[in-house]
Formats: sequence, C-alpha cells, structure tokens
Amino acid sequence: MLVYLLRRLGQSLFVVAAMAVLVFVGVYAIGNPIDIMISPDADQAEMEAAIARLGLDKPLWEQFFIFVGNALQGDLGKSFVYSTDAVSIILAKLPATMELAMLALVFAVFIGVPLGMIAGLRPHSLAGKSIMAGSILGFSLPNFWQGMMLILLFAVLLKWLPSGGRGETAELFGIPFSFLTLDGLSHMLLPAINLALFKTSLVIRLARAGTREAALQDYVKFARAKGLSSQRIVLVHIAKNIMIPVVTILGLELGSMIAFAVVTESVFAWPGMGKLLIDSINLLDRPVVVAYLMLTVFMFIIINFIVDMLYCVLDPRVRLSEAKA
Amino acid sequence: MRKSTLLCAASLAAVLVSPALASPAAAQDLTIAVSAEPSALDPHYHNLGPNNAMRRHIFESMVLQDEKQRLQPGLATSWKPLDDTTWEFKLRDGVTFHDGSPFTAKDVVYTVCRIPNVENSPSSFTVYTKAIADMQIPDPHTLIIKTDTPYPLLPVEVSTWGVLSAAANGVTGDIGFSREGCSGTGDYPKTDDFNTGKAAVGTGMYKFKEYSRGDKIVFERNDNYWGGKADWATVTFRPITSDGPRVAALLAGDVDMIDKPPLQDLERIKSEGFQVAQGLSNRVIYLHMDQEQEPTPGVTGTEKNPFKDVRVRKAVSMAINREAIKERIMGGVAVPAGELLPPGMFGSTPGAAAEEYNPDAAKKLLAEAGYPEGFGLTIGSPNDRYINDAQVAQAVAQMLTRIGIETQVDAVTASTFFKRRNQYEFSMYLAGWGSGTGEMSSPLRALVATRNKDKGYGGTNRGRYSNPELDSLIDQALATVDDDKREKILQQASGLVMADYGILPLHFEVTPWAFRKGISYAPRTDQYTLALGVKPAN
Repeated sequence: MLVYLLRRLGQSLFVVAAMAVLVFVGVYAIGNPIDIMISPDADQAEMEAAIARLGLDKPLWEQFFIFVGNALQGDLGKSFVYSTDAVSIILAKLPATMELAMLALVFAVFIGVPLGMIAGLRPHSLAGKSIMAGSILGFSLPNFWQGMMLILLFAVLLKWLPSGGRGETAELFGIPFSFLTLDGLSHMLLPAINLALFKTSLVIRLARAGTREAALQDYVKFARAKGLSSQRIVLVHIAKNIMIPVVTILGLELGSMIAFAVVTESVFAWPGMGKLLIDSINLLDRPVVVAYLMLTVFMFIIINFIVDMLYCVLDPRVRLSEAKA
Repeated sequence: MRKSTLLCAASLAAVLVSPALASPAAAQDLTIAVSAEPSALDPHYHNLGPNNAMRRHIFESMVLQDEKQRLQPGLATSWKPLDDTTWEFKLRDGVTFHDGSPFTAKDVVYTVCRIPNVENSPSSFTVYTKAIADMQIPDPHTLIIKTDTPYPLLPVEVSTWGVLSAAANGVTGDIGFSREGCSGTGDYPKTDDFNTGKAAVGTGMYKFKEYSRGDKIVFERNDNYWGGKADWATVTFRPITSDGPRVAALLAGDVDMIDKPPLQDLERIKSEGFQVAQGLSNRVIYLHMDQEQEPTPGVTGTEKNPFKDVRVRKAVSMAINREAIKERIMGGVAVPAGELLPPGMFGSTPGAAAEEYNPDAAKKLLAEAGYPEGFGLTIGSPNDRYINDAQVAQAVAQMLTRIGIETQVDAVTASTFFKRRNQYEFSMYLAGWGSGTGEMSSPLRALVATRNKDKGYGGTNRGRYSNPELDSLIDQALATVDDDKREKILQQASGLVMADYGILPLHFEVTPWAFRKGISYAPRTDQYTLALGVKPAN
C-alpha cells in the first residue's frame, strides 16, 4: 500500500513539473498583455514603465525561474489586471463553481442511475428505448446550444427562471452560497441542468450497461432462486455492483465540471472559476491563467487519489490486491 | 432523457420560483448588464473605458464631459486661463462627500498627489496629471494650477480623473504639493480599500453599496447630491460578457438595459417591444499603411514599398466604397468618415466628406504611380475588437482586388493582432481610435504625428507616417490656449493629413444600447454606459 502511494506521489510530482513548463511557455507565447491593458492614450514612456512594472521586459527564461521560485514558496503570482494574488482571486470564485458542480452531480446521479437501470432491466420496452434515444440527444447537442435553449424556453418565453447570474446569496462559514436562498436556487437551476445533461447521459449509459451485465450474473440468479423480492435484488445487489464504473467516471467528470465549466458559466453569466478563466484569457491576465491551470492539475491529482480510495471501499477485490502489492 | 429532464426541471421550477421573482423589479431600481467589467472601483487604478465609466457614479471631476464630450461645470463652476501657463478653477460651494465632509480645493490637490502613487497600476492616470507643475489654494474654493508650458488641454485632462476626499482618507493638516512627492498626505488608500467600499467616498450621485467581482456592482442613491435627486434608489451593474446571454437577459426581463447589443439582434430586440438608442461614437475605424519599411512585409510583386507614394495611398482610398460598407456590413449603423474625428466635435472640419468611390480613377492613378498590374497585399485586422472588424477588412480586400491590388486578410484575435501590429508586421492594417479627450489633437497626436517618445507623439502610429509640417502644426495647437485659434490650427492639421492620405479613415462607429420600455438613454460619444444618463420616461 505504502509503495503504491509513493509511486503515485512520484508520478504526480512529475505531472506537476511538466505542466508548469507547458502552461507557462504556452500562455506566455500569446499576445502582449500591455497592448490589451494599457489605455490607448498612454504615451511610450508610460507604456515602457508599465512593461517594467509587470516584469515583461525580462526574457522568458528569467520570468519562468522567477515564477518557479515563487511557486515553490506557494505564491503563484499576482494578477496583472487586479494586482491581487492570483490564487486568492481564483479561490474566491471556487464556492460558486463548487455548488453548481455539486448540484449538477446530484442531478446526474439521481436522474442518471435510475433511468439507466430501467433501461438496463427493460432494454426492449418503450421506456428503455426512449431513455436511450434521449441520452443520445444529451450527448450530441452542443453544450452552449443547450444552454441558450434553456434560457430561451424557461427565461425568455416562460419567464419562470432567471436567465443568468448568481442571485441572492447567504453566508455559510463566511462564504457566500446561492443554494441557501430561494432566489439563489432558482438562479442555479438552469446552469446546473445545463452542466448535468451530458453527465446524466453518460451515467445512463454506464448504468444501463452495468445493469444488463449484472442481471445475467449467477449471484442475481441465485438471489432470485433464493426467493428474494425483485425490488431487493435490483436496489441492493445490482445497484451496488454497477456503481464502480459510475463512481470512477463521475470522479473524473466532477473534476472537469469544476475546472472547465467555462461554457455553462459564460452562457449563464455564472461568476465562477470557468468564467474567470475565459475572462482572464481574453484580458491576457497571464498569472491568473497559469495559476488556474496549475490549481486544476492539483485538483485532478487529488480527485484521482480519492477515486482510488473509493474503489477500495466499494470493491473488496481491489482492497485485497492492494494489500498484497 | 432530455425530455424527462426538462419535465423534471419544469416541475422543480414551479415549486421553487416564488411569485416575487417573476414580477418586474420595483420602479426605483435599475439593473444594467454591461459587456465589460471594470478591474477595480479605485478611480485612479486603471485608465480604461469600463473603469472610467464606472467611477463616474461615485467620483466626480472638476470638469464633466457631457454625452457629446463637451466640457461642462462639475465640481468646478468655472475655469479660465489667467495667463498662458496659469489656470484658475472656481470650485462649487456646498458640495459634500458621501461621509459628510465638505469638498474644498484641498481634496483636488490630494487627488493629484495620489495619482502617481497607485500601486501596480496597469495603466496610470499620470498621463493626465503630468502637465501640472504646481497647485495653489488662495481660498478653499479657488484653485490655481500652473503648467510648464502653455497647456490648453488642462480642462479636458482634469475631466478624466475623479476627486477623492482628503479628510475621509485621514488627512487633517495642510498638503504641500510637489511633483516629486507631496507632503502631509499620510498613507494613501489602497486599491482594495475602494473595492471593499471603505475608501469609495466621492461626491457622486450614487454611493457604493456592494461589489462582487464578476457578479455585480451595486450603487445606492446619494440623498445629499448637490445636483438634485438621482432617478434610481439603487443601480446594479451586472457584467455579462457574452453577447447572446446579455441579449437574453434583457428579453427575459432580468435586466432593464444592456450595452453593445450585436447589430444582427437589433431587429429582434425591437420586435419584442424593447427600445434601441444609437449614437455616433468618437471612434473612427481606419486603415493605416506602412510608410517606412522598404520592402514592406505584407506586399508582394514589387521590391518597393508602394505606400510611400501618395498616388497609391490615394488610389486605395478611392477604391473603397465606404457607403457600401456602411449599408451591407454595418447594417446602416455607421457613418462614412472623411476625417479622424466625427463632425461636430472640437477640431473637426465642417463639411469634411468621405472620399468618393471611384475605382476607374483609382486604377489610372495606380498605373501612373508605376503599378499598372497592381501588387499583392495582406491586410492585418483584429476579429473581435471593433464592430464587424474582420468583415470590414474582407470587404476592403475585395474592393482593392477590383483595382488590381490582390488583397488577402489576416484577421486574428485582438491580443495577437496588437502584438503583431506593434512589431510592424503589417503593411496595411485596420484598427480604430476613440478620442478620449473628445477633440482633434487626440487622434492626430496618436495616429499620424511622427513617433517621438519625449513628446509623447505617435504612440499608435504603427504605419510610421511622418510629416514635419504636421508635427509643427500639432506643436502649435498644443501650445495655443485660445480655443478658437486652436480649433483653426487643428482643422488645418487634419486637412493636411487627409490631403496627403497619411491615414485612411473608413467610418465612425455608431454605438447601440437596448433597454425596456419606460426608460430612455442619451447615447454617448465616449461609448460609456452610465446610470446617470438613464431616465424614467414620462
């Protein structure tokens, strides 16, 4: 177990180092932030002063070593635009993105798993077929289009829900959250659905495939022969066994929902991390973009780690083989 | 699946949405969705459009710019030059800051002292204060400003920065002004202090209420405003950077007003019962030509730089059908330009008409200049900076190809475009210039004056046009305090550039705003979206 952990840690460090180089060089190859940020009225003297202030007059390698040096001390740089610590700007946006991703995850699991199981148990019924047809739609319709359609239908035509923004927030542990107020929840609903649609389709497919396979297995037949109610067979024995692939995929997808909800957050003007990323790219706010991508790398590493742990809990076989290793 | 999710959403929605959400906002509240967010509420942190617009709600200047950018009394009731290098500003009596402290000349001095001392400012306001050599306060409501040389733009520059309260920032004694650093000012407030509202104490019509970056900026009415009662009890600005969602927010009734609706959506917005206001902006879209490098990188088929020949520049100008660009590409929402500043603004020439479209004459001229077969050309253009910028460049390319200049367009995102342009990679490029000062010296100095770091000339002259006669006219204008005389010189200078085809203006952008019935907005040439200009219509 310990060896396994150490090996994982080594791999992770390598990934972080490689990403640091790629991200830094990649981001610094695009455009010149000064051209975007400075007023056109500024004269050349003022422009040169601003370039020096941001450290852009130094060669790329020197900028990189300054960045690495600071990063090792936990400082990922200061935003060019806001002149505040880049990490704290990003973390300030984290709660908004988190709560949206969580709600979307809840939708994906509580809608996806039951529907997938129905489709798996009754693959040839009308319900099973329409669920599968629907999941293809969920897969193939572009995210931004779904978002615009949701806005058009529920906000513009029906006027039931607001078209975007975060609405009223209430504080929990000093952090503002939308899900604590009715107005906030109504603002969350459309973006969460938009974010969840693709994941729900994915979960449906996974759950269906798992259910079909599990339903034919010996232990299910045995349980049936033993006279267990089919309710108990489905809800306890099958449901438990199909969860491993679902948890794996959702773990990874949760990461991407938090890190790259760019489209949904832009369409719904949700002030989360994704919108911050796209705005920062447009403003060429390099430190924020770099810090964001580095944080994302960290997050994925941690999520993968947690997923590995969950395997152990869900599947005794993993537990046993890891114990041997 | 999709259907079932929608159904589920619908039922959830029915449960969740309280009736209050569906009803329109109270008549006293105004919500505006804007396409760009300020980077801070600190009025001196970042000299850029969104910041300059937003600060006007809280912080006022001695001199105000009205919707046509004409100068109006603000915190100063009058101003006049006492001699060529001395200005006297008479300040308004009875004005108080949001914290109740009275406004006096000391606050202006304090503000000028702070401007060079803003930490990490990405674009400093010192460009607008560096002319100030000395300040004197003969009495609390009179301010004397000295400049090194005759400086007619002082009142305009004074209108670009908002005035802070010295008392609210802990100054009790007198302030000694010096360019190298003032005395008696204590520690200046930090940019963050403005974002949290602590230092956001101005004299403006609205007071700071709430600021949540990326989400909203909320102002509330200042009941003690010297200029009368504000129309709105609270004003909320919401940044919605994407065009589609911003329009949707208006159509859904979530916001009362939006800026920069896309041109192709204007019909839809009107047909849904909303209103659109349009006004000529101070921004000219122009073509600049490399008049320095030989050979020049974007031209093929000749070793020479054809744009050094005025006949070629004139031929290009005559080959462009500006009326067609306006009608077909800008949807009628633009005004063909014959100058760098729209008609009616200070220094523009009355009756300056756009170049007439004449492809035959253009061809002849091109042959005369030694290019009967034309040449190959690549135009650089941004594709996300100005209204339909890449399409305009495409149209220009087709028109030039028609007279024999085989033209291609290299359209890229703004950040990349500006970098490449500033490295002189384009032989011809399309860009825009908004006159921040609202008068002719701004485009002349930036776009066509010979590049000169010491004088601050030619900052955006990336075609490197150079004309000593023009430079001396600009020098003269910038040293002439008398308005009438200065306007004449500026007109003369503008005429000189246009006759020399040093730069080719295409059109002036027209800025649209869209809003619900029941309010009105006076379009601004500076393209600012200000709650101060939004009136309930009755």
